[in-house]
Amino acid sequence: MLDRIVGTRRAAEGNGHLAVEAGLVTDATQLAAGRPTAWQAVQTARNITRPHALEIIGRVFDRFQELHGDRAFRDDPAIVGGIAELAGRPVVIVAQQKGASTEENIQRNFGMPYPEGYRKAIRLYRLAEKFHLPLVTLVDTPGAYPGPEAEERGQAEAIASSIQLMTRLATPIVVVVLGEGGSGGALALGVGDVVLALENATYSVISPEGCAAILWRSASEAERAAAAMKLAGPDLLDTGVVDALIREPAGGAHTDHDATAAAIKTALVAQVERLARVPMADLLSLRYERFRAFGTIVEPSSGQAPAPPQPWWRRMLRNPMRGGES
Amino acid sequence: MRLRNPFGRKPKEFPSHLWTQCPMCGEMLFNKQLERNNRVCQKCGHHFKLDAAGRIELLADPRSFSETEADMVSSDPLGFVDSKPYPERIAAAQAKSGHKDAVLTGDATISGIPIVLAVMDFEFMGGSMGSVVGEKLTRAAERAFAERKPLVIVSASGGARMQEGTIALMQLAKTVAALARLDEARIPFISVLTDPTTGGVLASFASLGDIVLAEPGALIGFSGARVTSETIGEKLPKGFQRAEFLLEHGFVDQVVPRPQLKERIAFFLNSFRIAGQDLRWSL
Ligand SMILES: [Zn+2]
Repeated sequence: MLDRIVGTRRAAEGNGHLAVEAGLVTDATQLAAGRPTAWQAVQTARNITRPHALEIIGRVFDRFQELHGDRAFRDDPAIVGGIAELAGRPVVIVAQQKGASTEENIQRNFGMPYPEGYRKAIRLYRLAEKFHLPLVTLVDTPGAYPGPEAEERGQAEAIASSIQLMTRLATPIVVVVLGEGGSGGALALGVGDVVLALENATYSVISPEGCAAILWRSASEAERAAAAMKLAGPDLLDTGVVDALIREPAGGAHTDHDATAAAIKTALVAQVERLARVPMADLLSLRYERFRAFGTIVEPSSGQAPAPPQPWWRRMLRNPMRGGES
Repeated sequence: MRLRNPFGRKPKEFPSHLWTQCPMCGEMLFNKQLERNNRVCQKCGHHFKLDAAGRIELLADPRSFSETEADMVSSDPLGFVDSKPYPERIAAAQAKSGHKDAVLTGDATISGIPIVLAVMDFEFMGGSMGSVVGEKLTRAAERAFAERKPLVIVSASGGARMQEGTIALMQLAKTVAALARLDEARIPFISVLTDPTTGGVLASFASLGDIVLAEPGALIGFSGARVTSETIGEKLPKGFQRAEFLLEHGFVDQVVPRPQLKERIAFFLNSFRIAGQDLRWSL
């Protein structure tokens, strides 16, 4: 099996040491003892002084030119995107943007995108594919905006379309979860060939408060819900939701924005460099398999899953007509 | 059938195993009659929820449905415990519903057209999507692709299953990726939204049909109405997130009353099937 992070065949003892050299954590045992609890990770991920997307973009990429609007309704400030250079290579960036102050948060809708934000993302994904630019997405949202205007404009459809496009976008995609990975609203930027996360980032199916309100009937049980949902970095490594963690400075990313950005840059440069060399058809079938593998099921009678007569990706490789070839 | 109550009889004379009161018009409906009418109120047309078995009976040709992956069950990836351990919740739902998880998948014909059919059951943990729902739907899409048969998914779900955490969230990407392959192969996918279809199910496969149909009055939305209401701090307008609201805003193709649903699906499949075959043979 190919190692998703270093791109070489996985040795029996794992390739963790190679990843460590690139500043990545691919195994939770590599993390320092006394790691934060799930609830502490939630608090750190939400810290208002944590570096947000534009700060990271400014430090990691050169010559960033922001692109605006979904060409249908308006420009959503909760999603930013554009073209920039990553160590000299042009890339497309799409990111969720929170504010560093209450005022800025109101302007950015606390990083909760509207449907038009996801449609802007979709437009930029297509741009990346069309001009053979690698795509980098930065995830940081409590979730998609749940208000009535968002419902009227098709929040669910926008998210579904965005997820689907990413599953088959014919260009390399690297995802970095910077802070909060809030449910479907995060996943709409979260389908990639490699999914990385900062050490204290979280990624969950519902907010701890929402989960607590439904299952414990009390939002004050959020701490228990956070622990139960296994939403923190080490858990995400264990379940394979993220491929590797990017180390944060001691004390958290908010204590040193420059060091955080430097670690992100090292990881991104290595991954984009590696993915750019993978043939597109292989990339797409590996991406399909990455997400196809999620799930824990038991089938008592059959013992093992009856495979479809011919796997998708084989057909894809053989039939460039179906979009496997770039 | 309309029942009058001229002698002022009290409701207890309508025992619930025989009678159901329509929540829309208040009519007392005789259960057997309600079942015969596919759980649609004869007086006002209110659509009651239909379980998976009733849905298959409604849509599939008689005795044409053969279930696949019938014994697939979820394990407990997170060791999740709230007021009850997750495995106990599954066991209770299995005992109550008679099936193993919140979706039934299989092969069927619909007005003679061979299809792959998946129907969700809201009675099973709110129709929530975890590993089993995600895997069965993905296999349904993969089988539809391999056998070049149209796929019909009838949704009834509150969204992703919290007890499986982020693994449940990943089912959105997994199902949608399989549908993308179906789309590229130009095999029709018809999505039917029934009461309720919300959250992660609507934000993934359910929104992506070549044709999206909804049942009258079905609750369909991204966020729970309670969350939306709390977000804006006010009550929501009547009809918000109902099927007709989505039709008006352009996110479903048609609102189709239950008695017409089968023939409508067959109409679209017949139209597409011919075009699809022409395309297939010409390649
Ligand atoms: Zn009625």
